Amino acid sequence: MQPIRHIESRTVVLPYTNIDTDQIIPARFLTTTTKEGLGKQAFTDWRYDSTGAPRADFVLNRPEASGCAILVAGRNFGCGSSREHAPWALLDYGFRAVISTEIADIFRNNSLKNGLLPIVIDETTHRWLLEHPGVQLRIDLESATLGLPDGTAVEFPIEAFARYCLLNGIDELGFLLQQSAAIERYEQAHA
Amino acid sequence: MNAKTLFEKVWEQHQVVPETADTPAVLYIDLHLIHEVTSPQAFSLLRSQGLKVRRTDRTLATMDHSTPTDPNEVFGRVPIKVESAARQVKELEKNCREFGVELLGLGSEQRGIVHVIGPELGATQPGKTIVCGDSHTATHGAFGALAFGIGTTEVGHVLATQCLLQRRPKTLAVEVAGQLPAGVTAKDLILAIIGKIGVSGGTGHVIEYRGSAIEALSMDERMTVCNMSIEAGARAGMIAPDDTTFAYLQGRRFAPQGEAWSKAVAGWHNLKTDPGARFDRVVDLDAGKLEPMITYGTHPGMVVPISGTVPARADDAVHAKSLAYMGLNGGDKLIGKPVQVVFVGSCTNGRLSDLELAARVLKGKKVAPGVRTLIVPGSQQIKREAEARGLAKIFTDAGAEWRESGCSMCIGMNGDLVGKGQYAVSTSNRNFEGRQGTGARTLLASPATAAAAAVTGRIADPREFLA
Repeated sequence: MQPIRHIESRTVVLPYTNIDTDQIIPARFLTTTTKEGLGKQAFTDWRYDSTGAPRADFVLNRPEASGCAILVAGRNFGCGSSREHAPWALLDYGFRAVISTEIADIFRNNSLKNGLLPIVIDETTHRWLLEHPGVQLRIDLESATLGLPDGTAVEFPIEAFARYCLLNGIDELGFLLQQSAAIERYEQAHA
Repeated sequence: MNAKTLFEKVWEQHQVVPETADTPAVLYIDLHLIHEVTSPQAFSLLRSQGLKVRRTDRTLATMDHSTPTDPNEVFGRVPIKVESAARQVKELEKNCREFGVELLGLGSEQRGIVHVIGPELGATQPGKTIVCGDSHTATHGAFGALAFGIGTTEVGHVLATQCLLQRRPKTLAVEVAGQLPAGVTAKDLILAIIGKIGVSGGTGHVIEYRGSAIEALSMDERMTVCNMSIEAGARAGMIAPDDTTFAYLQGRRFAPQGEAWSKAVAGWHNLKTDPGARFDRVVDLDAGKLEPMITYGTHPGMVVPISGTVPARADDAVHAKSLAYMGLNGGDKLIGKPVQVVFVGSCTNGRLSDLELAARVLKGKKVAPGVRTLIVPGSQQIKREAEARGLAKIFTDAGAEWRESGCSMCIGMNGDLVGKGQYAVSTSNRNFEGRQGTGARTLLASPATAAAAAVTGRIADPREFLA
């Protein structure tokens, strides 16, 4: 994985609460056996009508959404299933970070393992971001802060080890494999 | 000695390395369940790094999500219609062969929905840590196991190391006093709990379901409750094991036998929250006041008693969007609404007692004209038992379709779909937009409510059919 230090981008806003993983990527696309190419199916039933034509009124189809790498969404983003296809689809689409007041547990875990930053912020900042789509933000992972256009920096929580891995491009599996002596001891003690 | 919760006991017994400020705990996993949809990329990772499955004896695979339920497709008399699903089936067969993992494949008599067969085979046991690349892994918590869903990267971690990196979650006690009234099921109870705490009310927590109403539940019912913990945002839900649990497990394929059984039961008796142990949060509920529940919106927290009306929420754009999708208006009465599809099945309500409940309503009756009713057993074993007990005949005589086991219409990826704009009363766990098919409108309810809808062609109070 490539190290991540900061992300700078304009935002795109999906103001709905409880956006579930079936909206992010519907189950009918989960019969794939690879991780690649899922971006074209991200939010597919919101992006396209039944003929496959883009819905002009959907925010991701508007010209100003093009190139935005930061998604601001309503509370409890990513609820529902454990499908890692959800962060795979968002990353392949071009998102690098998701901001909300609450992000579902499994989705957050899956995102951190793939370099999609799940950023939980306070309600006041969140409300401002919902009301100001398209603003330029700077996410600094080193200091775990979200830089707003007026220069203020809002801190966000991020699990220490996940942050370390993301900053250094380290794969968590490598760390787990290094624990093999401890794992063997555990297995012998619990055989 | 410190008083501990059930969760704390299981967690502490599985710490290979405790957590620090800098690193999460290394948590040992006793049982890893695998299915065809969330494992292919994990096996690819192992292959690319030259890794093996560390403990094939702690890994068990089956296929359920994308597999067909039509017997001709299941048993190879005709090709599987969804071609990409057929490829996933082949891929899992190849991966299990290559890595030495036991697979209960398409033709196996022990196949079924992963969360149904784990308990059925006795692989699910009190005090175990159990994971699967599926959010309804919480089901296994009904046995006092710590069981939760993981993503595919973590499936790879467990395959390679039998461990996961985990931060310790918080604890939430859901205390359910009293007893469920007649005609009110475990499904109604969990829907009421989700309605009360909300779809993110359990985020960051492990739930322990407690109290007299929980203790009175059968294992099937406890599984229904724990199954939907994730619909309240909690990755895991647990119930302390007791004599009901032990009686269920005794004699099953993977359960300890002989002397090992007595020893195991003695240990399992300690798996309960000590008096005085503290939870981070406590929520109380009175089971005696509950009614049959039904959802009206596009997440499981949008739920009301069946005699209720669709809530009106002026100035709530998300609520309005949800109701527009559902084709409902604030103030609408739910009873009497016509439905086009009824689905009984899934890891939530596809067990034998669920089928028995549906059969009580359907016995000697006919499915209403214009209603498609699909009844799908949770496993092949349940299918055989339902046929032996005459349930399948009740269903087919009524005009319902009776299928091979699988996730079926719970998740629109195996060919079993609800049509665009159709209303489906479904015993599954998610009513998200498009979950059962593009444009499908799902109303989650119990098997009794689903069967009552099949008979009347409308949303109906199941208690009138259970007298």
